[in-house]
Amino acid sequence: MRSRLDAALSVTAPVVLVLAVALLGSNAGAVRQLEFNDALVNAAIVVGLYVFIGNSGVLSFGHMSFVAIGAYLSGILTLGAEQKNFVLPQMFPVLRHTHVSTVSSLGLAALAGGIFALLTGIALMRLSGLPAGIATFAVLGITANIISYWEKIGPGVTALALVPESGTWTLATGAMIAIVVAFAYQRSRFGRRLRATREDPRAAEASGIHVHRERLVAFVISGALAGFAGGLLVHELGSITVAQVYLELTFITLAMLVIGGVQSVWGAVVGALLISGLNSFLNDAEQGVHVGVYVHLPTGSRLVALGVLMALVLILRPSGLTGGREVTLGGLRRAGRLWRPERSAG
Amino acid sequence: VTWLQSIIDGIGLGAEYAVVAVGIGLVFGVMRLVNLAYGELITAGAYTLAFTSGQPAVVAILACFGVVILGALVMERVAFRPLRGATPATMLVASFAISFLLQNVYLLAFGSRGSTVGTLGGLNTAIAIGTLRIRWISLVSVIVGAVLLAGVTLVLDRTAMGLHLRAASADFRTARLLGVRANRVIAFSFAISGALAAAVSVLLTVQSPLVTPDFGVSVTIFALIGVVVGGLDRLWTATAGGFLIGFATAFFGDELPSASSVYLPSVVYGLVIVVLLARPGGLFAGGGLGAERV
Repeated sequence: MRSRLDAALSVTAPVVLVLAVALLGSNAGAVRQLEFNDALVNAAIVVGLYVFIGNSGVLSFGHMSFVAIGAYLSGILTLGAEQKNFVLPQMFPVLRHTHVSTVSSLGLAALAGGIFALLTGIALMRLSGLPAGIATFAVLGITANIISYWEKIGPGVTALALVPESGTWTLATGAMIAIVVAFAYQRSRFGRRLRATREDPRAAEASGIHVHRERLVAFVISGALAGFAGGLLVHELGSITVAQVYLELTFITLAMLVIGGVQSVWGAVVGALLISGLNSFLNDAEQGVHVGVYVHLPTGSRLVALGVLMALVLILRPSGLTGGREVTLGGLRRAGRLWRPERSAG
Repeated sequence: VTWLQSIIDGIGLGAEYAVVAVGIGLVFGVMRLVNLAYGELITAGAYTLAFTSGQPAVVAILACFGVVILGALVMERVAFRPLRGATPATMLVASFAISFLLQNVYLLAFGSRGSTVGTLGGLNTAIAIGTLRIRWISLVSVIVGAVLLAGVTLVLDRTAMGLHLRAASADFRTARLLGVRANRVIAFSFAISGALAAAVSVLLTVQSPLVTPDFGVSVTIFALIGVVVGGLDRLWTATAGGFLIGFATAFFGDELPSASSVYLPSVVYGLVIVVLLARPGGLFAGGGLGAERV
């Protein structure tokens, strides 16, 4: 009974958080709304990362290749036919003539991400530790390189533009779908087996768990979620370039995951939303903003401040803000106990 | 371009990447830290050279070494000392945060348009031997690389501090129990890796004199890939891996037909994947010849 309640609470908490962000975002002004949308897409990407990295304990620097493939595929498929003939004349006819709705394009993005993850994962999942990190990074390098130059599959060096944009609620729904999928996987037999291999690969293997296969399952689900999130990204921005889904996004999303807490969905969502929010706040602070006191940062100092804060969190709380735990009754009670003395004092 | 020319170009670039690989490998050996912010040390050196361009070359180079070594020590003290004992993933992400932070500090302080280095620009000219063109900087890189690697090997083999460092790399906890001072040995490894970064700044700015905030990023990433491909366990395998990736980049850059030269990164990354799948422990990793890790 207790564990059912805990499970319900654990999946509800991140969903409610996303709903709250979407609610705030949909009532905000146009410019502010973009920032909320960005936060929601980041949450979806980081949850996708979490499914593999969090459950397996193996680092991947390659997930942005799934995001990139999802983004480009979903973007290209939703462009109008005349636009494509005009802007992308050299592209494969299949891509040039197909036009689908945003929702189906997101489904196809997930499918493409999953298939690509399966193809690369079959070989790469035999690796772990740093070799796994570098090999997945090499996959990203190849993906980015080919998307940048092969004009049969995309716009080449120019940006893919004029993609229809989606609203806050579509993006929020996407993020919530990612959370539910991640949670369902984590609670399933597969998720539990994979987490056993994370804690002790040898003991897991000795009790009959096939490490390679379990990692592959997670990699494929994670790749599908990343592809799906890539689809959300392109429909959030309305355009995409390779640079936007390459090094910086790789490390920023990884930092969000580590800062939130690698080992829980809650950590992934909190990290993504918090860092995105912080980024927006610092952006405001460059213009000057009132938070009790008047804060005004010099122009261009936003990213410096973001870097300092990321480094500080990592130095002070290496296991992440949530400590890698989900929201549970016991956890809430502990948190309550911590708060009560303060309340009685005040 | 003849294949001999490609090999010569490959050796020149390989030597530079090998030096970066040693800098990364030394620190990794002692504290299991993959320092992505290493590139920002190289950038710091490059900016120092840009701002001292009016001075005599010796002054500029000394300033460069001073700034970078000091920077490496400060980085260790402020950022990585508190993280000692954290998981490798956390340290790696933290080093990314430092790298991100420093790049944006450079951007804020020096702008995005870049500063130009004039020191030693003459080394960029080439001598022709028949149809072969050998740039002075390739020669200098090979010589400087060899001297630095020999120097590091000597320090590690012949000094007490080097012995402590090797002990700490083999087994940090046991080394501490036996009286190796953790703070000193780690600071020492950062100082050496800083000196190597400074040397790389000097070599790199000769070939690409325009210093931008992301100056050191790509060489660091490639050298890091090289380190893993070569094998992280020993210093020489890491170095050889760094050399190899530099060599492969320059060699295939010359040899690929110009129509497909834009796909050079894919070729190099493809080779990296093949090597890692065939030999996950590294291309040169031997079969358990003792636990020496430096």
